[in-house]
Amino acid sequence: MNAARARITLPFLIFVTPVLMWLFLLIVLPHIDLLLMSFRIEDDAGATVWSLVNYLNFFDEPVYWRTFTRTAVYAILTTMITFAVSLPVAFYITKVVSPRFSGFLSLLLLMPFWVSELVRVYGWMILLRESGVINHFLLKAGLLQRPVEMLYNDVTMVMGLVYTSMLFMVVPLISVLESLDDSLIEAAYDLGGNVFSIVTRIIIPHAMPGIVSGGIVVFMLTLGNYLTPNLIGGKNSLWFTEQIYNQFIASFNWNQGAAFGFLLLILSSSIIWIGLKLTRQKLSQVVQ
Amino acid sequence: MALDLSVENVTKTFGDFTAVNEVSFAVEQGRFFSILGPSGCGKTTLLRMIAGFIEPTAGRILIRGNDMANLPPNRRPVNLIFQHLALFPMMNVAQNIAFGLQRRKEKKPEIDRKVADILERVGLPGFGNKKIDQLSGGQKQRVAIARCLVLDPAVLLLDEPLGALDLKLREQMKVELKKLQAQVGTTFIYITHDQSEALVMSDHVAVMNNGRFEQVDTPRKLYAHPKTPFVARFVGDNNAWKGIVADHREDLCTIETTDGQIFTAGAAPDLPSGTPVAFFIRPEAIIIAPDAGLDDFNRLPVVIKSILFDGANSRLLATPVDGEKELMIALPQNRQYDHLNAGDRVDIGWSARSASCFKAS
Repeated sequence: MNAARARITLPFLIFVTPVLMWLFLLIVLPHIDLLLMSFRIEDDAGATVWSLVNYLNFFDEPVYWRTFTRTAVYAILTTMITFAVSLPVAFYITKVVSPRFSGFLSLLLLMPFWVSELVRVYGWMILLRESGVINHFLLKAGLLQRPVEMLYNDVTMVMGLVYTSMLFMVVPLISVLESLDDSLIEAAYDLGGNVFSIVTRIIIPHAMPGIVSGGIVVFMLTLGNYLTPNLIGGKNSLWFTEQIYNQFIASFNWNQGAAFGFLLLILSSSIIWIGLKLTRQKLSQVVQ
Repeated sequence: MALDLSVENVTKTFGDFTAVNEVSFAVEQGRFFSILGPSGCGKTTLLRMIAGFIEPTAGRILIRGNDMANLPPNRRPVNLIFQHLALFPMMNVAQNIAFGLQRRKEKKPEIDRKVADILERVGLPGFGNKKIDQLSGGQKQRVAIARCLVLDPAVLLLDEPLGALDLKLREQMKVELKKLQAQVGTTFIYITHDQSEALVMSDHVAVMNNGRFEQVDTPRKLYAHPKTPFVARFVGDNNAWKGIVADHREDLCTIETTDGQIFTAGAAPDLPSGTPVAFFIRPEAIIIAPDAGLDDFNRLPVVIKSILFDGANSRLLATPVDGEKELMIALPQNRQYDHLNAGDRVDIGWSARSASCFKAS
């Protein structure tokens, strides 16, 4: 009997060990270390002691919690805009064009992701900066008298974030819309539905698992994004990841940085939890 | 009687392919009208043109006298029951039925009353809060019908809705659908490839082939007097023979078949001697061991090849003693023919006028 059990568990162990090692060594262990670090400070004598000061700093200093709220609000906004842009795209790819063409279109969507995010963001900067391509043409066309700086504001930053994360919304939406029977849309149309009622009553309820899973991914990526807000958001658009970066690299205050890191983790987890509750989805269904 | 639907010279082409070719018909109020045809004959295209999902290339569609040209499906007074019903799985039964009423901006109490009322009428009282996947096949069917009927359409279109059901339930739903139609009095346009569905339920049946209507008639006439060889072959079972008219006298003609048999058959006057013809005789028109001395009667000794037992639908497969042609003969299960076995010789015969005869194409 023991032999039989060993035959089942040995291959299982071989497969599961790397996963557990990866989880434990690269995720759990560093996080425990960071968590401990966030509760410690150096006292005047240079010795490390336990303290809540790192967390209290966050609430005392308005620039920290304001950046924090700003980041959360903009991440939610970005997720919503990404959804609004992606739904028509996904619908067009799955339901409007012929199936042969839809594969090609999905590939086109994927193409920008073959280059690194850094290069893509610089691409946007070449287009939008004061001496950039768009300004050049607007000046040539006589629509502008003097070049306008289009970078380093919130609108451009959100646009950049939407562009960066769109694919992660479109892909789950495509897979969930592919399973939507066309005759449901036709039936709704036949029963007197218009575009608005068909989208809100048929398409969105059906696509809900895809919307939520895409939303979680986009929200997480946006909240944790560092490059895009830093490069095209500029100094006026502070992002919370920049605060964490500053603590670790600029101030060399790892304890403070760790505390901020944990606050960001709590923020993202709780917003996703609220999102799941509001849409009445279960995490286990959404990640399938 | 008022016409609920009239279709005038409607044609639909897709590139070089003509799906529906110059079809015209009219349906009176409260009728059950079926369009029967093999798959690919254009019946679904025709139905979708009436529903408004496809615009005809030429011709007019009028519903209660109003031209439907360029009117989208959501503004036509017709509703379609889809082949797989297309009930909305994200809503419960009551929400499904209320969907169309809400689109008309009706008041909530009014909607609730109508939903309860229609559920009662289709025999599902109190089913409002059930989810779609909790329903059986027959119940889904009825919810789909209720969802359309609650909108009180001028014409209800049905696209083979019984196709997905198992045989027993299909037989039951056929009768129910017929009863329901008689009870609500709405005009039904039903398309199917199943001749039994069309014959059982309809007041009139149109047989469609290659984008055209071959014959529009009552089920009884369609069965007894097919006007084209296609109808004779497609509606009900038939034994088909090819031959040449050897002699023509009054309303009867003598036919010599390609395998040398000579029969008399009822014939139209446009079949002079020498015309190649196809003629059809139904399995149940053939009498086993007929009495002697009947007038205008064909007799034939046959050898039984096999007995196909299928309850009330049992058949004999037999070939003429001096021929090759395989014949299907209805075998009534009244114990009179229990002694027959494969290999037996038996006389068969049929009245000349029960065969239909057409000029061969």
